[in-house]
Parts: sequence; C-alpha cells; structure tokens
Amino acid sequence: MNANRLFNILVPVISVLIGLLAGALMMLGFGYNPITGYAALWNGAFGDLYYFGETIRQVTPYIFTGLAVAFAFRSGLLNIGAEGQVIVGWLAAVWIGTTIEAPMIIHLPLAIIVAAFAGAFWGFIPGLLKATRGVHEVIVTIMLNYTALYLANAIVRNVLSDNEDKTPDVAATASLASEWFQNMTYFSRMHYGIFIALFAAVIMWFIIERTSVGYELKSVGFNEHASKYAGMNVKWNIILSMIISGAFAGLAGAMEGLGTFGYMSVQSGFNNLGFDGIAVALLGANTAVGVVLAAFLFGALKVGALNMPTEAGVPTELVDVIIALIIFCVASSYIIRWVLLRFKKEEN
Amino acid sequence: MDYVVEMINIRKEFPGVVANDNVTLQLKKGEIHALLGENGAGKSTLMNILFGLYQPEKGEIRVNGKPVKITDPNVANDLGIGMVHQHFMLVEPFTVTQNIILGSEPTTFGKINLKEAEREVQKLSDRYGLQVDATARIRDISVGMQQRVEILKTLYRGAEVLIFDEPTAVLTPQEITELMEIMHSLIAEGKSIILITHKLKEIMEISDRCTVIRKGAGIDTLDVNDTSVTELASLMVGRNVSFKIDKKPAVPKETVLSIQNLMVKDKRKVDMVKGMNLEVRAGEIVGIAGVDGNGQSELIEAITGLQKTESGSIRLNNDDMTNLSPRKVTESGIGHIPQDRHKYGLVLDYSIGENMVLQTYYQKPFSKYKTLNYKEIFQKAAKLIDEYDVRTPSVHTKARALSGGNQQKAIIGREVDRSPDLLIAAQPTRGLDVGAIEFIHHRLIEERDKGKAVLLVSFELDEILDVSDRIAVMFDGKNVAEVKPEETDENELGLLMAGSSTEKAGEK
Amino acid sequence: MENRKFILLFALLFSIGMLLAACGGSGSEEGNAGSESGSNDDNSESSGGSSDFSAAMVTDVGGVDDKSFNQSAWEGLQAWGEEHGMEKGQGFDYAQSNSDSDYAPNLNRLVREDYNLVFGIGYKLADAIKDVAGQYKDTNFAIVDAVVEGDNIASITFADHEGSFLAGAAAANKTNTNKVGFVGGTDSDLINKFESGFVAGAKTVNPDIEVEVQYAGAFDAPDDGKLIASNMYKNDIDVIYHASGATGNGVFAQAKDIKNNDPEREIWVIGVDRDQYEEGQIGDQNVTLTSMVKRVGNSVQQVSNMGMEGEFPGGEVLEFGVEDEGVGLADTNEEAYTDEIAKAVEEWKQKIIDGEVEVPQTHDELDEYLNSL
Repeated sequence: MNANRLFNILVPVISVLIGLLAGALMMLGFGYNPITGYAALWNGAFGDLYYFGETIRQVTPYIFTGLAVAFAFRSGLLNIGAEGQVIVGWLAAVWIGTTIEAPMIIHLPLAIIVAAFAGAFWGFIPGLLKATRGVHEVIVTIMLNYTALYLANAIVRNVLSDNEDKTPDVAATASLASEWFQNMTYFSRMHYGIFIALFAAVIMWFIIERTSVGYELKSVGFNEHASKYAGMNVKWNIILSMIISGAFAGLAGAMEGLGTFGYMSVQSGFNNLGFDGIAVALLGANTAVGVVLAAFLFGALKVGALNMPTEAGVPTELVDVIIALIIFCVASSYIIRWVLLRFKKEEN
Repeated sequence: MDYVVEMINIRKEFPGVVANDNVTLQLKKGEIHALLGENGAGKSTLMNILFGLYQPEKGEIRVNGKPVKITDPNVANDLGIGMVHQHFMLVEPFTVTQNIILGSEPTTFGKINLKEAEREVQKLSDRYGLQVDATARIRDISVGMQQRVEILKTLYRGAEVLIFDEPTAVLTPQEITELMEIMHSLIAEGKSIILITHKLKEIMEISDRCTVIRKGAGIDTLDVNDTSVTELASLMVGRNVSFKIDKKPAVPKETVLSIQNLMVKDKRKVDMVKGMNLEVRAGEIVGIAGVDGNGQSELIEAITGLQKTESGSIRLNNDDMTNLSPRKVTESGIGHIPQDRHKYGLVLDYSIGENMVLQTYYQKPFSKYKTLNYKEIFQKAAKLIDEYDVRTPSVHTKARALSGGNQQKAIIGREVDRSPDLLIAAQPTRGLDVGAIEFIHHRLIEERDKGKAVLLVSFELDEILDVSDRIAVMFDGKNVAEVKPEETDENELGLLMAGSSTEKAGEK
Repeated sequence: MENRKFILLFALLFSIGMLLAACGGSGSEEGNAGSESGSNDDNSESSGGSSDFSAAMVTDVGGVDDKSFNQSAWEGLQAWGEEHGMEKGQGFDYAQSNSDSDYAPNLNRLVREDYNLVFGIGYKLADAIKDVAGQYKDTNFAIVDAVVEGDNIASITFADHEGSFLAGAAAANKTNTNKVGFVGGTDSDLINKFESGFVAGAKTVNPDIEVEVQYAGAFDAPDDGKLIASNMYKNDIDVIYHASGATGNGVFAQAKDIKNNDPEREIWVIGVDRDQYEEGQIGDQNVTLTSMVKRVGNSVQQVSNMGMEGEFPGGEVLEFGVEDEGVGLADTNEEAYTDEIAKAVEEWKQKIIDGEVEVPQTHDELDEYLNSL
C-alpha cells in the first residue's frame, strides 16, 4: 500500500525532472544557459506578486479542465471535448453577465451555474450518443469542439454585440475580478475563481471517493460488464459522467468569462484550456489532489515561459519546444506507469 | 542418457516470492510427461523458464544432454521446444496457414510463397491426423481446431518437444478424446510432450510419468502406472482429499424457479434458447449439463436480467420475473455466481472489500444519503473474507491481485451471504484447484441443505454428476432430458449432450 | 483494457503533436537570430549609452515572423534601435503573445522592466493597453491600428482604405477576366476599411469588374486562406488582394501552386502591410503584383523617436495616409507592376491627396460611393 502510493507520487515527479533535464539539454544545444533560462521561468511564474497572481489566474481554469477530463477518465471515458465545453460555458457566463441586471448575490452565482449547465449540456450530447448508440465519445466531442467554437463566434458577433469582435464587459455584479487581489498583486488578473476551483476539486474528490454515485461511476469505468451484472445502470452512468465532466469544463469557461477577461471575444482558434486539461489530468493521475498540483505546474510553466525570451534571451520558439518537451515527458509518465504495471502484472 | 530435456534444481524468484525452488524435471524421449500442481504452484513459471521467457536464478537446463542457456523464445524454438498456449495466439481474420507462417514466412525475393506454405501445412496436418484445413480462416473454425492450429504452429517450426499448457480447459469431452489421440500420434512420430494440468483423471489416462510441484517446490516424479488419483491429489494439495462428496439425499420442497417456453436471442440476434422449460425447487441442486454454446449462458443471462427474453416466462416464488432489470432480479432474491468471474463477477481494479458490496453498496448501512460508509463496508468484507476463507493480505488489496480460487471464494461469499432463494452457479469451479473445488462444492450443498434452490451450470460432467440432485440436459436451446445422477453415467450424458437419441434417453 | 490502450495512444499522439507544433515554429527563428547578430557592435559604443530611453513592443498572436504586420513593426523597432546603437534586450525588445490571454502579462512585464514606451501591435491589444496604461501612468504606450483614449497612449492608425483604393485600382488595371477577389481576416470594422477601399478602387476604374469578398475568420489560418484562394482562382478570378495577416500566406501558397503546375497562367496576389514580394517568388516568376504597404515600421520608428526627444504624442490619434507615405503600393515586381499601372495608380493617388476622391471606409459609405459612380 505504501510502496504503491510512493510509486504514484514518484512517477510524475521523476517525469517532470526528466522533462526539465531534456529542456536544459535543448537550451545547452542551442547555446543558451539553462540555469538563466529556468531562473527566468521561475521568476516569470513566482518572481514577484504580479507573476504569482498571473500564475494563479492561469491555474484556475486548468484545475477545472483537469478535473473535467479526470472525472470522465475515472468512468472510462475520454473527454476530448473539454475545449468546446469551456467555450459554451464561457459564452453562457458572459451572456448572463452582460444581459441580466441583478444584485451580485444572485447575478454572480447565476452566471456561474448557467455556465456549468451549458458545459454539462455540451457533455450530455456525446454521453447520450455513447450510451444509446455506441458512438465513440472521442469523435463526438472533437466535432462538438468545432461546433462550440463557431457557434460561440457567431453569437458573440451577432447576438451579444453589434458585429463586433467581442462582447461588452460583464456587469460588475457578475464579475469575479477582485480589486483587492489586483492591488495586492500589482494589477495581475488574479480573481476569486481560484477558491471556486479548489472547492470544485474537493467536490470531485467527494463524489468519486465517498459517494455511491462515484462508486458506480468508477465501477462502470473499470468494468462495464460487472457493473451491469451488479445492477448498475451503465448507460445512465456514462451520461452522468459526461454531464459532470462537462459542468467542470463549463466552469473553466466561467472563470475566463467572469474573471480573467470579463468578456468573450471572437476566437480564431481553440485556446487549448481543454486540451491542456488532458495533460493536467494525466499528470495528476486523475485524482483531485493530483489535478490541483498538476494545474499549478502547468499554469506556472505557461506563465513563466513568457518571461524566458525577455529575461534570458531564449527565443520564443525554443521556449515552446522546451515546454513541449516537459509536457511530453509528463505525458509519457503515463506510459512509464503503464509499462511498469504491465511488467508487474506479467510477473504475477 | 535418453533425456531430451532436463531442468535440474531450478530456482526462480520474483520480488517477495519464490516461484520455483529446487525443481527438477526430466523428460524422456517419446514420453508424455505431466506437470501437476495447484494453481499458483509454479507450473507456468517453470515452463516459461524452459520457453525462454524467464531466466532462472539457479539450476541448469540441458537439451539432449548438453547444457544450454535459453535467453528468449527464439532460442527455445531453435532447440526444438514449442509451446501450445492455453490462450491461443492467433490472428482471427487470417487463414490457418497465414497464422502458422506468421513470423517465419517463407519468401522468395521478399514475396511470401503462400501456396507452397499451404501445401506444407496440409502435409503436416495429414501426417499427424490433425484434420486441419490449411486454407480456413481462424474465425470460422472451432476452438478445438484452433488448438490444433497452435499444435501445427509448433510442428511447422520443427518442435521435437511440445509443451501443452492446460490444453483441455477449453475443450468439450469429445474434443478432449480427440486431443488425446493426437497426442498419441505425436508420440508415435517420436515427439516428446510436457502436459501442464491440474486434472488428475487426464494424467492417469494419458501420461507416462508425472512430476508434482507444490508451492514452488518439486515434490516428486512418479510413474503413472504405479500411482493413483488419490495419491496424486494428496501430493499436489499436501493433505488427504476426499473426492466423494458426502451429502444427504435432497428434500425438494416448493418450486422456487419456474421457466416456461423461454426464448432468448444472443447479442448477435441469433436464437440461442428455443423454448426452454425448467423447474428448480427449494432444497435441491439442479445441474444443467450441456456442451458450451447450447444456450446455457443465454438462459442464465435471461434469468438474471442481463439479456432480454423474446417470449416465455420466468417466475421466482410465483412472481413474474421476466425482463426485470438486473438490480430488481438481485433484490427479489437471486444470487449469481457468474461464469466469467473476471468479466462479470468482479471489478478487478476495486479492492476486494469494495467488491464485497458490488450489489449492496447503495443500501444501508453501506450507504446513507448516497454517502458511502467505508467503515461498514470493510467490516462486512472482513467478516466475509474470514467466513469464506478468502486468502488476501487485506481488505484493501485489489481483487486483481488475488488468485483465481480466492476470487471465486469471494464471489461465492458475497452471493451466498445475501441469502438468496435461488443461487445460480455457472461454472463455479472452472480453472480452480482441487482444494478450492472441494470448498465450493461443499458450500453449494450447504445452501441446499438450508432449503435454498441451487441451479448449477457446468461443462464438467464429474461436477454435474457429483453435486446435482437432478440433471437437466440442455441441447440446442432446449431442455432435452432430465435424469437422476444416480441413474445415469458419463456416457449417457455425453450422448444426450450431443443431441443423439434424445427420445430414448428422455423416456427414463 | 480497450480504453487504456486508447488513452495511451492518445497520450502519445498528444505529446508528439505538441512537439511538432513547437518544432514547426522554430524553423523560422534562425533567420531572425542571424539578422540580429548582423548588427555591428561599434554603434552601440558610440551613441547607445547616451540615452536611457528604451522602447519595446508586444506582438499579437501572429508573432514577429508573420511576414506581415508584426514583422513590419519589429523591423521598424529594430531600425530605430540600430539608429541609436542599441541591441535587442538593451534598449529595445519584443514580447510574443501565444494567446489572447498573454497580452496583459506581456505588457505588464515590459513595463516592469522599465521600458519607457511600450507598443501594442494590432487592434486586439487595445483592451489590454487601456487597462495597463491606466495602471502605469508613468509609462508611455502606443497602440497600432486602433484608437485608445488615455493621456499616456498614442494611437497610431493608417488610412488603410486609401492604400486599398490604390490596390483596387492596380488590380482593375491588371485583370484580364474582369474578376478580382478580396480575402479578409476577420469581418471587423478595421478589415471592412480595406475591403471598402479596394472595392471602390476597382469599381472606379472599371464599373464592370466583379469583386468577390470572403472572410477567413482568422488572421492565423493559412489553410483557410489557401482554400478560399483555390476557389477564387477556380472561378476565373485572377487578382486577389488579401488583408488577413498570416492567413494570407495560404493565398500566396495557392497562387504559387497553380503557377507551378501551369507557368503560363496569369494570376496575381496583392500583399498587405509590408512588401510581400518575397512571398510571391516562385522560380524566376513572381505572383506578387504589388503590396499595400503600411509603413508600420516607419510609424513605430517615428513615434519612438518622438518619445525619445520628449515629444511623445500622448492622447493623440496619428493617422498615416497616402499623403505622408504612411500607406502606398510597392513597385518591386517591375515585370508585373508595369509603368502603365504605376502611372495610373499615381494619378489616383494624386486625386485622393487633392480630395477629388473621397475613399469610403465602411460598407455603408461604400454603397453610397458606388451609387454615386
């Protein structure tokens, strides 16, 4: 039991270290000093309160998308659609935030809840198709990503604005932005969403580990046949899993719409929050605590990397390669784990 | 010396376990040598060492008297050692020949010469009387035929020594007889055979000598002619085993399960159960005999709600149960020990404790307001584990990590503990060793004596004959005959199962 | 089991994808690095130390190698740096944005590194500039291609419609099929300005000319650009004017593909923002008819100098038009952009300067203009 837990912690830690090492070699190879490079990365993420605030700002949606992907994973589903669910959640939050007038105590929770519902609906569609028609969720969710993207663009341009590139700002009563945080962190865009995100992680942990709902979801993920044998409603569990997963992703959108930006703009492509969420979930071994930690790592990498060109002179493209290498090693931690388990199993 | 293969004082360790300790196995040319041991005794490890998959820590392997190092399966192949695996390694859409040449394709200038290979495979098949069609596709041929393809594969690669890993586990009685003939003809052609098995009767029937291993250690090598089933069994288990099941005569009471004119299709929409009638009373064990694929699985799936019925009725204690959901079925008093314990019986990645409440997790006291009470769950599990002698390091151990026998005991504990009016046991002892089989049979009879109805489905005629109070023979989706175990024998059952002379037997 | 394999496969694909995406970008970097090292050291000794003034810019998602807007701005900033003997990282620098959410942190970072003047390149940075400028009153900001109010903000705009009008005139003079096309980035007020000017220019020269207008919806989608161009060229359009940033690279790619298969075919692209002659080169032929050059670099250089001399035009809106050579057509491709065309364009340019032609800037104005023809 203890050895197992140690193993679970060691694998991601080692793979992050390998990734950093590979990045360092890369920098050496191109004639840059890796120590300066990583120092710049560190400073860019935690160097002072502004950067720290920005890192937290980036971590917030990552926690949500990571939870979304992890939750679906736990019941054996691959939610590639977090990307699209983020977009519809963002849109829904901004929609409520810009068009309704209400006191904050109603307005803000309403905007957040509607975002969760929108994401949940976007997850419900592939869940339903998977459960009733056996269509693989990966295909449907990928398609729905595009649907979400272009639908949201059309609505932002034609409904929420008068043929403009972005919606008006959400009302102050629906904003997560925190002047207190901003003043404290030299005007970073850090907002209250981080608390909601951490709370969501607790919720995810509780549902998965402590409720009969989670017991069923995990069971369906591990073994559909045995779950059916045990009297569980496999189809409903598949749908439910996608709904909850989508709701988490929709909340990530709410964080962007009500916190970071305060509006929604026409997007030329995906913002990768959902796709990065897959890596976050993988690195976090699909557990709530793991996802939170992994989200911090990814947020720090993402924000800190912006500082590498200016402070250490490492070209942007090389920074992208280094970050990708780190993610590669992190993602392959799953492979390492898989191979190790495989090996163990054979011995038995 | 005339030993073709010698494994002398082999020791193999895995982290924390000694899988083989001081095991010696010497195979004479032209003999069938059985390797006997319980599940987990180290038979497979020993053979994997011989086949080059593992390296021993100590000991020596000699082939034709010369010491060799077998570092991988290719080396084993070159030394003329071939393995017929328990789980076939065949590519379904490929033909027999394509499967056989896979990995050592005969090529002329890079082009596979399939025609020539086909001729050669056919020649081999005819020579050993295997009756395999070299051009048939694997997915179109029976399990028994597939096994012969595996045999051909080793012969094609020039094997002189063939290792058979539990070859009869997947075969019907008739196919087993045929396999034995094939083994004899292989011996006649000068091959030598190692037969891995835990079925004592087969050893007595076919092998010349037998090496017994227990808990990793080599116990003895015996001449089969000088020993008996009882001796082999006690050597294997390490204590005396009683084969005769002591049971009082059954006292059947009211009807618990009543099935009338049941029709069920399988997942591919093929009719599998075609007008089945069956009654099971309280206080009796009804055994269903039949060759695999005659509708037994679908019958059970229909009773337990896993498969929709087309027509007919299923009644439990006079309540209509037809097409109820699995949960409703469980709640109304049916326990089900499923045929495939890995696929249906357990969630292997859950701890054994969590598996113990697979059907009851949502009920009090395990769950309140949808919140699980793990303390209660693990307490319950610990109690069952203790009661049913499930050997596990703790309730938190994953079910996957348990041996087959212990997994099965856990399932039986779980199902019996709910005290169902009807207990369905499908192949409850498949792949288990003698000790576990004994335990499970006793449990079934105990339930009967408590006044429960038990429905037993098995492909093992011994089991059916020993345990049941009444036997229903299933053929082509119908109950074709009902007989009393004390009034019949294997021969008659075998014929009934094959569908012949149903009328005559039915009159009994 | 099934799913486990799938997840594994996905993890692999995912990480390979990340690597490839990153590697794809790195190829173009070397060119930049090379050109930087080319700046000589002597200059920095002589005048670099004399002034403490420094300037930096934040790109939009296109990046400094977008062969368009950002690159032009960066070239201007580099020229300014060279003029005063500075080096990248000491006196001037840029920060690249990979997504919309990077604008604010990038601006912030440069402010906090004590740059005196920070440029936001592209109208997408307008909001971020507004916020950050409000937070840091002591730093000067300039936004290109948008108008942002604030005492410490200079708004640099271009009379894109005027330049586009000239591009339209050139296209009308060149076309053999009387069909020309326009490819826009996003359907926004800014790009509508390009479209309106172009349509007006073409129709003024020859009212029978058909102008097909399409928007790709993005400035960084070369594949969409290629697809649109492919359709246009198939429908007999022989001159395409693009105002779509990196998306336009797809238009060039398609024109060159066609030219490659059929060297005789007469098709042309009109570039935008900077002289895109290089992008049109294929063998010894070139598909770039001309480019609507926005001298972003000039303006960046100019505003930087103003700031350096203490005359920063805070709160002002600077418009660079045809008159002061802020916008114009490139004449690099002498073979295609004949003297005849050049002369005609020159005439129209004079008419704009003289106020004889008032170039429309919006769809409404365009309709009005076309009705008055």
